[in-house]
Amino acid sequence: MRVRSSQARGKRSRIAAAVAALLLLAGLGWAALAPVHAASRDESFEIPPGTSARRLAGGHGEILPQTIRLTLGLNDVLVLKNRDAAPHIFGPTLIMPGQTFRMPFSMASTYSFLCSAHADGQLTIIVDPAPTPGWKRLRWRWNEWIGKR
Amino acid sequence: MTAPRAPTFVAVLALVLLLAVGAATFLPHGPAPIEGLRAGAYEPPRAAPDFSLRGSAGTTAALAPHRGKVVLLTFGFTNCAAVCPTTLSTLAQARRSLGNAADAVQVIFVTVDPERDTPAGMRAYLAAFDKSFVGATGDSDALAAVRKAYGVTAERNGTGSDYAMVHTSSIFLIDPAGRLRAMMPYGRDPADFVHDIKMLLGQA
Repeated sequence: MRVRSSQARGKRSRIAAAVAALLLLAGLGWAALAPVHAASRDESFEIPPGTSARRLAGGHGEILPQTIRLTLGLNDVLVLKNRDAAPHIFGPTLIMPGQTFRMPFSMASTYSFLCSAHADGQLTIIVDPAPTPGWKRLRWRWNEWIGKR
Repeated sequence: MTAPRAPTFVAVLALVLLLAVGAATFLPHGPAPIEGLRAGAYEPPRAAPDFSLRGSAGTTAALAPHRGKVVLLTFGFTNCAAVCPTTLSTLAQARRSLGNAADAVQVIFVTVDPERDTPAGMRAYLAAFDKSFVGATGDSDALAAVRKAYGVTAERNGTGSDYAMVHTSSIFLIDPAGRLRAMMPYGRDPADFVHDIKMLLGQA
């Protein structure tokens, strides 16, 4: 009886392991092959109210990062908003108070803009291609999951 | 005692409706945003800052005479080795692709190098791309004011007579009503310009 019970337990754990492996494989398959979507394709940055006054008072601090990374099909629309009371050179363009600038990207490439808001006068926008099915999509989902994007 | 309530309610409702219609009709409101432009779009658009510069055709170069057309405004210099010729070639190709609608498009090339770019020199240079292109030059202060109004930067790079100018290479799209609608970054295809010009002309 004891031998039979131990055999049954072994069988059950083998089945559980097989089911777990199958589920893991299915999960990996889904993560590698399922299409990627984004609720919004906007990558937004804004100049907060009072920025001009703070700068006049000697305050600094960059609002836009030196390099912006976008991905086609996911976050490929750069949105810049000026919520301050003064015009600002913001990234690639001059934006008036209350104005929004929306620039879509449709080609993966590295774009350089003269930008006087940065210390070295340059803004780089790197547009990556949409993650293709397989390893790239799997890696993209992993980065999403661990919050690296 | 309760009878007058219904007519009063109807009168108030009518007044509210009347005020709403009046506000919608007479209060100033901006133009509807154009969805789907391939260039970077400004919302709400502002009036494109006008200027009065020396034109390559011997007359004044300004935006106002081109109302009713889409103006493609770009900044550069005729000694430019790569960026300006590429941009002008792209714009010329876009105009050719437009067929009859090309008459509703005006390219204005504002120099960032007034020392070397004379009106006559710019006329000859631009005609090699498209005879309709207009060049604009002026004194340094006037040109600097135009650049500032558009957020354009330009800086001399190098010494001697063979210097270059590092400058903003984007192209500004101004709609037929004279509003600054969008900015196309350098390097886009003629098809992108054709697409957006048609949208601004209301033909897309």
